Amino acid sequence: MRSLRYLERLEAESIHIIREAVAESERPVLLYSIGKDSSVLLHLTMKAFYPAKPPLPLLHVDTTWKFREMIAFRDRAAAELGLDLIVHRNPECVARNINPFDHGAALHTDMWKTQGLRQALDEHRFDTALGGARRDEEKSRAKERIFSMRSARHQWDPRRQRPELWRLYNPRRAQGESVRVFPLSNWTELDVWHYIYLEKIPIVPLYLAAERPVVERDGLLLMVDDDRFPLAPGETPRHRRVRFRTLGCYPLTGAIESEADTLSAVLHEVMTARTSERQGRAIDHTNSGAMERKKQEGYF
Amino acid sequence: MTQALEDYLIGQQDVAQLRFLTCGSVDDGKSTLIGRLLYDAGHVLDDQHAALTADSRRAGTTGAEPDLALLVDGLQAEREQGITIDVAYRYFATDRRRFVVADTPGHEQYTRNMVTGASTADAAVILVDATKGLLVQTRRHSHVVRLLEIGEVILAVNKLDAVGYSREVFEQISDDYTRFARDLGLASVTCVPVSALRGDNIAERSPHTPWYEGPTLLECLETVPTDGGSAPQDFRLPVQHVSRPDAEFRGYAGMVVGGAIRPGDRVRALPSGREARIARIVTWDGDVDEAVLGQSVTVTLTEGIDVSRGDVLCSADRPASVATHFEARMIWMSEQPLVAGRRYLVKVGTCVVGGAVTELRHAIDVNTLEQKPAVQLGLNEIGVCDLALDRPVAYDPYEENPDLGGVLLIDPETQETIGVALLGSALTQANHLHWQRIDVDKRARAALSDQRPCVVWLTGVPGAGKSTIANILERYLHGLGKHTYLLDGDNIRHGLNRDLGFAEADRVENVRRIAEVARLMVDAGLIVLVSAISPFRAERNMARRMVGEDEFCEVFVDTPLAVAEQRDRKGLYRKARAGAIRDFTGIDSRYEPPERPDVWIETSAHSPERAVELIVERLRFMGVLS
Repeated sequence: MRSLRYLERLEAESIHIIREAVAESERPVLLYSIGKDSSVLLHLTMKAFYPAKPPLPLLHVDTTWKFREMIAFRDRAAAELGLDLIVHRNPECVARNINPFDHGAALHTDMWKTQGLRQALDEHRFDTALGGARRDEEKSRAKERIFSMRSARHQWDPRRQRPELWRLYNPRRAQGESVRVFPLSNWTELDVWHYIYLEKIPIVPLYLAAERPVVERDGLLLMVDDDRFPLAPGETPRHRRVRFRTLGCYPLTGAIESEADTLSAVLHEVMTARTSERQGRAIDHTNSGAMERKKQEGYF
Repeated sequence: MTQALEDYLIGQQDVAQLRFLTCGSVDDGKSTLIGRLLYDAGHVLDDQHAALTADSRRAGTTGAEPDLALLVDGLQAEREQGITIDVAYRYFATDRRRFVVADTPGHEQYTRNMVTGASTADAAVILVDATKGLLVQTRRHSHVVRLLEIGEVILAVNKLDAVGYSREVFEQISDDYTRFARDLGLASVTCVPVSALRGDNIAERSPHTPWYEGPTLLECLETVPTDGGSAPQDFRLPVQHVSRPDAEFRGYAGMVVGGAIRPGDRVRALPSGREARIARIVTWDGDVDEAVLGQSVTVTLTEGIDVSRGDVLCSADRPASVATHFEARMIWMSEQPLVAGRRYLVKVGTCVVGGAVTELRHAIDVNTLEQKPAVQLGLNEIGVCDLALDRPVAYDPYEENPDLGGVLLIDPETQETIGVALLGSALTQANHLHWQRIDVDKRARAALSDQRPCVVWLTGVPGAGKSTIANILERYLHGLGKHTYLLDGDNIRHGLNRDLGFAEADRVENVRRIAEVARLMVDAGLIVLVSAISPFRAERNMARRMVGEDEFCEVFVDTPLAVAEQRDRKGLYRKARAGAIRDFTGIDSRYEPPERPDVWIETSAHSPERAVELIVERLRFMGVLS
């Protein structure tokens, strides 16, 4: 009998988790953030239910500040796979024109993403939300269960996590509770890239190096993606060869200088990297407990 | 470069992965050890190093040196208290292997999180502080490791720098542990002298222990077997999901958790026992001619037999067993103790059924390995019990296949995972007990007397006024020509329940028997009035589930404890306060008020007659009375 190879095993584990989550849910949803991890999660979800179509919609919590290429990619992916796509924008943020420049990264992220996600989950009464987070991303993620309960107010209580043994998950919810499910928990950044490469999974081109207009602020290389980016006097965007290791709101996501314009070059770069992928995220840098606090409040 | 990269990546696919956990008592240095492994294996990246340096200055415990424990203690509360609360999973690799390490907490309070980390491990690194020797937690964790059948144990005798790298200390602790491990039945133990803080014998051989000739910790991890014993050989596929995209296709999706399967192979669906052949093995990447252990697939069958989620497809020649009663080893994980008789949900594979522990045989003292009699299992306690399920399920003993022998116990109220059971042999006598089919049913019996049967369940603290109200209610119903019976908690304790006391387990059994009797009487067509303290929500809800939803009326006779105590018609509160009665509800035994009773009677505002009116109104609403 042949034994499974490393990525085959990870793939099989994720498919098992996705099926288990959906089977025990009344209203499941796939949280689709358009990034590479979401692309892998979506691919695995297609595999999990083949030859049927996945019985759950995609939800994108939009902030109106995503890279334009991301939005185009999102709409194309949903259409090609024939899946329902729900786009939610926090109406309060729309009304108040919340943005990272005037309101700061923390408020922007809290209102658009954390509050926006809670609104969308409540509005559609989703009881199970699948997301692409991985344990190797960040220290508080390393502590989270694959099936992670949320209170009726969407809060995570790290002190009261359920025991989670073997491959035997308990996604059952008491009244008002919901569960977030992370099928990629055991994948590393390198695994994700390796899998994308082997499976030829489409990703947003921003992950590959190209000439892009950027300015440098607080040590981050920010791409000027549209004319809403307020330039300081004398500040002019310069074209530099850059790519992104993670994707989020463009004013909050730092690029890295890179020549890696193919997937294999990206893989090579990831293998020899000396900094972690979240290094480009302005939002994580407030202090090292920042991510845990956001998660307790309901951030994905 | 692309070709070289490709070759490298393909090679990487076959590098074996070892999952291990680190455990042991609090302050034995587990987090520091993992921090050291990550650090020495070159897995701390520049920005993480910068964050570590800053964190160490703020919260570190190692002076000018970076505090490596901060690399893994990810929760704010953990960093503040300097302890590990929950298991953290870390990923690193050397040229020889990749590793997933579960860093588990040492505090007894968080043992369930340690069990979580241990359940998926191939090997265990158990740490001992050289200055302290073996502690209760060392033994408890070793016990869990043995229970979960983790084959490989590495004992890391840590903080050896603090005892001057003493060979005698190391050998004394190694001898003590090896003896304990033998009694426990741990097959393979390797002892390594280390200092996680200084990096001795972790990745590099230490110059301070020239007397030690064995492997470093990392060498151990790179060479222990990764499969943790023999993989299950008999085909098993617990069905997760039935795939029916169109009228033609009917596939059964699940993971192969034992053996392998090919098209044409004969399989048996359990618990039904029906057989068919595998037609196709369907995947997104095309049909395959074999599905092997660990693979997630969708299979179709040649014959249309009834299979649904929760069933298990097995090799027809070597199928799993089917049973309802088991002997099981139990690890309890809830603050609410395990009580025999209380009903839980049990998840076996992909199947969830109701069940209960029928008998707690004994608890195990983790320190001495002695079996001790027990009436309940508290948080983190280990015991052996008999488990009975409501209907037959397919299973394998845990030793043979953890995927079908390791089960969860779930609280039906909170849905929390409150314990795990490792199934052993089936208790065969019970398998021969069958339900006798009876033709005259409840409806037929009730029709003869022209009434709708139900249970009116009055709950409340002692002296609340339950019996007074029940008595007036029964007189009223009797006057209407209804066939009734009043089950009074006190009266039943003189007969059917006279062998029961007032400890929690006895109270559970007391209410279970009353509920069973009430069910029989409803089945006989009667309107049953129950007047019993019935202090726990779980048992009242159990009583509700025993009859139909529209046949149960919970009445909360709400009298504040102070008022009941002041009335004290039977003088019981006085005796309880004086210590003459123990386990008295409201004094030293808890009462859980109903959250959503069908009728809520506040005796401070309602007379007993008014209370009866409210209940009668509810019975009209339920259609019991016209």
